[in-house]
Amino acid sequence: MNLYRNRPDLVAALVQDDRVHRDLYLSEELFALEQEHLFASTWVFLGHASQVPQAGDFVTQEIAGRPLLMVRQPDGDVHVLYNRCAHKGTQLVTDECGNTGRFFRCPYHAWTYKLDGAPLGLPLKNGYEGTQLKACESGQGLSAVRNVKVYRDFVFVRLSDTGPSFDDYFGEVLGAIDNMVDRSPEGKLMVGGGVLRNIVHCNWKMYLENINDTVHPMSTHESATKAAEALWEGHAPTDPKPMAMEQILPFGSGYEFFDRMGGRVFANGHSVLGVNFSIHSNYAQLPEYEAAMRAAHGEARAAEILQRSPQNSVFFPSLSVKGSPLAIRVIRPLAANRTLIEAWSFSAAGAPALLFERAMSYNRLVFSPMSVVAHDDVHLFESIQQGLRAGGNEWVSLHRNFDPAETQQATVTTNGTNELLMRNQFRAWAKTMTASMGAPA
Amino acid sequence: MGEDHDGEHGGPGMTALSDPRDFVAHEAALLDERRFDDWLTLFAEDGHYWVPLLGAAQADPFSHNSLAYEDRLLLQLRVGRLKNPRAHSQHPASHSQHVLQPSRLEREEGDEAWLRTPFLYVEARGEGQILLSGTARHHLVRTLEGWRIREKRIDLLNAPRALPAIQLFI
Repeated sequence: MNLYRNRPDLVAALVQDDRVHRDLYLSEELFALEQEHLFASTWVFLGHASQVPQAGDFVTQEIAGRPLLMVRQPDGDVHVLYNRCAHKGTQLVTDECGNTGRFFRCPYHAWTYKLDGAPLGLPLKNGYEGTQLKACESGQGLSAVRNVKVYRDFVFVRLSDTGPSFDDYFGEVLGAIDNMVDRSPEGKLMVGGGVLRNIVHCNWKMYLENINDTVHPMSTHESATKAAEALWEGHAPTDPKPMAMEQILPFGSGYEFFDRMGGRVFANGHSVLGVNFSIHSNYAQLPEYEAAMRAAHGEARAAEILQRSPQNSVFFPSLSVKGSPLAIRVIRPLAANRTLIEAWSFSAAGAPALLFERAMSYNRLVFSPMSVVAHDDVHLFESIQQGLRAGGNEWVSLHRNFDPAETQQATVTTNGTNELLMRNQFRAWAKTMTASMGAPA
Repeated sequence: MGEDHDGEHGGPGMTALSDPRDFVAHEAALLDERRFDDWLTLFAEDGHYWVPLLGAAQADPFSHNSLAYEDRLLLQLRVGRLKNPRAHSQHPASHSQHVLQPSRLEREEGDEAWLRTPFLYVEARGEGQILLSGTARHHLVRTLEGWRIREKRIDLLNAPRALPAIQLFI
C-alpha cells in the first residue's frame, strides 16, 4: 500500500477536530511513516542515567526501528550511539545491558572504538593504505545521536537532525518529572526492581490515549474493583489498608471523582491528568519523610510536591509518569498492531524504602502481564484492534466536551473526563507527521 | 494410597495425601479443572504465590519486582474476579494445562517439605495459546487437614522477557 507516502494532506485529514480515522490504528503504512516522521523527529524517552552508573556501562534500546546504545563516558557524560559497527553493521553489543570496559570491540572483525564512538584500531591496517576508508563514514567510527538530552537523569533522544528543541518540545510538562525527582530530598532517583514488560496486540496510540481515559475504570475494571470491595467489606473507611487494597480500591471511584480530578493539555500532545487530585492522593502519610522533604526543599516547595499526585503525565509520544507512586510507563511501538509496554519502578535517594515498595507494588498489581487490572484493559485494546476492521463506520469518536475554541489554545485546564486530553495527542500527531513529511509532492 | 485417594478429584480426603509429590500433582489438576475455590484452600494462612521477575536468579520478593507476589487476600481477589461475568478478558474463558515432570522432594524437615517440579504450562483462550516453561518450587507445611502451601514459587525460563497476558495460575 502506498496511499499516504508523500501525501501529508491525506494524513492530516485522518484527524478531525472531534474524531479520528481508524487507519491511525490499523495501517502498517502509517506505522512505517510514524517511524520516520514521528518517532525520529520528536523527543523519545530512551532510559535513565542510573542504569549506567560506571564508565563503560551501556544499555541497548531500539527507537524508531533503529538499534541504539546508551553508554557512560569516562568524564561522566551519557552518550547515545547507533549500535552498528562502522565496518559491516554488526551490533557491537547484543546484551540488554552490561559494561564494555574501556572501549567497544566488534566481535566480527575486532574493529575497536572509544566509548564516544571514535575509531581506535582495526586489524591489517596496511590493507587500508591508499583506500578511501578514512574519508568515508566507515572510517569515522560509530555514528552518534547528536540530539540527546539528559533531563534530571531521564535520557531522551531526537534522532532526526531537525525538529523542535527539547525545552520547546516539552515546555511546562517537564514539571511532572521535577515533581517526581524532587520526591527525593536529595533530588535523585534510581531505577530499581526490574522492568515489567508486556506485549499488547494493539496500536500504540490506543494505549497512550487510554492513559488519559478516566471514564473506562468504572466499566472496564468492574470485575477487579468489585472483587476488591467484597474482600474489604465491613472495614471502616479510616481502617489502615494493606498496600494492595490502598492501591486497587480507588479504581472503583465514580465518574464524578474522575471528572473533578481535572486535566491540563499542553502543546505537542503532552498532558497532566489529575491536576487537582487522583487515585494516588490518599496513600498513607509518612511524617518523617515529609519533615525531610521540608528540610530539603523548604516548606512551600515540599508542600507543592507532596500535595500534587497527578494520575498520569504524558510526554507524547513515548512516556507516562507518575510522581506517586514512583513509576513510569514507556510505550515502545513494534508494529501497527503490536506494542511493548514497560513499567519501571524507582527508589528515591533520602526517602524511605516504602516509596520504592509502593512503586513496585503498584506496577505489579496494575501493569504486570499477570495483573488482574490490566487483563481487562489488554483484552479491550485487542478487541478494539479487531473491531475497527468492521464496516459501516470508519471513525473513532472523541467528542466528549469538545469546544471549538480549544483548537486555538496551546494550554487548557479542564474537567477530568474531557476527551480533550486525547484530541490533543492526535492533533500533535497530525502536526508532527505532516510537518516532517513536508509539502505534498 | 488407600483412603487418601478416596476423594479422587476433590473429595475431602484428597488434600490429606501423605506423599507431598501427589499433593503437587493434585494442586495443578485443580487449576486445570478451574476449581479455584478448592485450590485456594490448599494455601496456609500465611501462604504466598510468587512468580519472580528474575526467575530462579531472584533472591527475594522485596529487593526486585515480581510478575506476581500474592498473599491469600490477593489470591482471593483474583479468584473472586474470575467469577464475575464482567471479567471481560474471560470472554472467551481461558483454560490451562500443566504438564509436570515428576516432582523431586528436595528436603523434608519436621512438618515441612520442599519440592521442585519442572513444568510446561499452556494457557489457551479463543484461537490463541501461550506456552511457558520453568520450575515450580513448593514449600509445604503439614497440618491436621493435610499438606498446605506456605509458598508456591514459579521460576519461569526467561521471566524478564516481554510477555502477553497470563490470566490464570501457572
